[in-house]
Amino acid sequence: MMLIPCPWCGPRDEAEFHYGGQAHVAYPADPAALSDAEWARYLFFRDNPKGPFAERWSHAAGCRRWFNVVRDTATNEIHAVYRAGGQRPVSP
Amino acid sequence: MMGERPSPPARFEPVADGDLRIAEVSFLTQVNLRLDPGDPAAGDIGRALGVPLPTEPGTYGSADVDVLWLGPDEWLIVGEPGRERDLETRLRTAAGTGHVAVTDVSAQRTTLLVAGPKARDLLAHGCALDLHPRVFGPGRCAQTMLARAQVLLVARDGDEFLVLVRPSFAGYLVAWLLDAAAEHLSGQPG
Ligand SMILES: [Zn+2]
Repeated sequence: MMLIPCPWCGPRDEAEFHYGGQAHVAYPADPAALSDAEWARYLFFRDNPKGPFAERWSHAAGCRRWFNVVRDTATNEIHAVYRAGGQRPVSP
Repeated sequence: MMGERPSPPARFEPVADGDLRIAEVSFLTQVNLRLDPGDPAAGDIGRALGVPLPTEPGTYGSADVDVLWLGPDEWLIVGEPGRERDLETRLRTAAGTGHVAVTDVSAQRTTLLVAGPKARDLLAHGCALDLHPRVFGPGRCAQTMLARAQVLLVARDGDEFLVLVRPSFAGYLVAWLLDAAAEHLSGQPG
């Protein structure tokens, strides 16, 4: 069980959260201009790093806010937590 | 008068022991409030309620109603039964033309009272939060999981807790509480 620090509520059990996938995937500026292949790439293609990964979580059983987490996918170590819309902190 | 109104865990007998009390507190008025705390309406609403909207996560303020922090732009106002109209009107008047949502959600949750010196131990059986009075004392509230059910926990004076839970989970949660309480109740058969 991971302990995830909600930026509003503090550390809570992983079971209180929903996972939202990769963070900072921007909606296309002009969706109509995209080819099918480009649209599929926006919808379905995500990074899959071994190591630090910026991803979205929602504190579903708590304050119900979405926020971002930088988590190491190999160790589950959480490097940073920041509010939705914030910039990914520069790694140390 | 609402004597005939059934409530979800209505069939359970309240428990009262020297160290532990468990009972239902039915039909509390609950009004959900959403707005940006930086909106000028926030101050007017605080004045209308008699207590400023708490902005520190996991806290609540009290006047003739309790104002519970649910999120950075969301509060739950809890009052005595039958206050829905009065409270909604008060909030809407104070909100004026501000960008504010006021929703009566009284039917969304029922309330269980868990009180007494053993209340913290009992809740800790099924709750991962640190319930020590130093961390979760009077004036604190939290939305979390209790025995895998989503609840809103409210710590009041004198080892008293309110557990607000969805009606569809209330029967289950009562059964769980009574089962977990068995070891703390003296003189209970079985
Ligand atoms: Zn939270």
